[in-house]
Amino acid sequence: MAELATEQQILDGLAEIIDDIVGIDKDEVTPEKNFIDDLDIDSLSMVEIAVAAQDQFGVEIPDDELRNLKTVQDVINFVQKLQGENPALKG
Amino acid sequence: MSTSKTKVVVTGLGATTPLGGDLPSTWSALLAGESGIRPLDWEGVEELPVRFAATLAVDPSEVMPKQQLRRLDRSQAIALIAAREAWTDAGFAPPATRKSMKGEEPAGVQDGFAVDGERLGVVLSSGIGGLHTALNSYSVFLEKGWSRVSPFTVPMLMPNGASGHVGIEFGAMAGSHALVSACASSAEAVGYAIDMIRTGRADVVICGGTESCIHPLQMASFGAMRAMSTRNDEPQRASRPYDKNRDGFVLGEGAAVMILESEEHARARGAKVHGIAAGCGYSGDAYDIVLPDPTGAGQAKAMRRALDDAGLRPEDIVHINAHATSTPAGDVAELASIKAGLGEEAASKVVITATKSMTGHLLGGAGALESVFTILTLRDGVVPPTANLEDIDDEVDLDIARGEPRKLQDGPAAALNNSFGFGGHNVSVAFERSVD
Repeated sequence: MAELATEQQILDGLAEIIDDIVGIDKDEVTPEKNFIDDLDIDSLSMVEIAVAAQDQFGVEIPDDELRNLKTVQDVINFVQKLQGENPALKG
Repeated sequence: MSTSKTKVVVTGLGATTPLGGDLPSTWSALLAGESGIRPLDWEGVEELPVRFAATLAVDPSEVMPKQQLRRLDRSQAIALIAAREAWTDAGFAPPATRKSMKGEEPAGVQDGFAVDGERLGVVLSSGIGGLHTALNSYSVFLEKGWSRVSPFTVPMLMPNGASGHVGIEFGAMAGSHALVSACASSAEAVGYAIDMIRTGRADVVICGGTESCIHPLQMASFGAMRAMSTRNDEPQRASRPYDKNRDGFVLGEGAAVMILESEEHARARGAKVHGIAAGCGYSGDAYDIVLPDPTGAGQAKAMRRALDDAGLRPEDIVHINAHATSTPAGDVAELASIKAGLGEEAASKVVITATKSMTGHLLGGAGALESVFTILTLRDGVVPPTANLEDIDDEVDLDIARGEPRKLQDGPAAALNNSFGFGGHNVSVAFERSVD
């Protein structure tokens, strides 16, 4: 079950997903990295990563939002924001 | 001998098959008469009419990172594996355009020859395409909805996917093609590759075929046609071309790739030459969507046209790797076609073999794999024996290699590889031994 995650937990979880899907070492995945320019992840792989992140963190990432998530930090912020808005995760 | 055509030589070979994860292990297992046919252990397999197949000896997951396998259909992964082996065998440098994934060894030889991508082509066929992907993605769709379907589903299921991936990996910009004609697909690929070089479109072509569709639906579908052997108690003896007790083909999976090159290009870079891709002949039966024309006229025409295209005479042919899938009607009908195509006298001197007795039937991969076997047979002067040929059919009146590998004479020699596909596609590819 998804639960409220700390920034570090989101980063670790995301790094694991990225390693699993596109084979980038977890150490490479740091907050300031841009998915396309720094990590060289293509758009279809981003879709896969987003779906896996939704399942892991219990949030919905609409396609419109996905386009705005350019860096690892963007995803961390977005997940934290949505988790904060989800009453099921607060109790 | 025709002098007007550019001579095309074979300079690299690779394969991953039910007999081995690469070509050397496949070839030695073939000469030893081993079987690549195994029982299937799927859940629910007992419900199927056929419970065995020629599965890969080495699973792609043993040689390819999982991240790469996520976005490749199994048939595409094994095509890349075979292409990498062929590329390295040809002595080419690692492709400059490619970024390696974590845990991956790039294909190629350090300090090898750097191929000009503008002069490099690909012709790589599959008869069926990404069947595993199509069906797995449909299962995901039914269980979890559209948003969980892999975004790579389309490039994974399209039958030209393997050709595209190989073209991308090696930077092939002269053109990348995928001919589809069921079990003749990759024999056509070899023929098309020869023509790409002859017409000056490319100096080097990566060509071959791949297939991986050993899936319950495919077993059920071929089972419904009553096309497959049902010798469930003895899988390794099930594929037995020309034997009185043959009862259908055995489904196999695998990929085979060769590097074709203009002779001029190969000589200039001092390449080792496995053999000569001399020509290709085609015909259409225009008869039935699955049954071959029983007169064999179409098959005979393909063989005659291959001889014409290669500038060979019937008496030059010392060996034929037959299509021979182990079906009751097909095997002997092909022998009649060989007699009609070459003439009785020349046909009686040919040593014929049916390697599907050991590899099973690779469908769209068969033409390329058997072309590779034909090249090695000429190069090494030894014909692999047909396995399981114990009680020879009374209608067999040509020379079939069985028991021990058969030695061929030294000196100039030529051979044909026959491949016939559902739809009435007949293809015969001619090869010659390279004699310096």
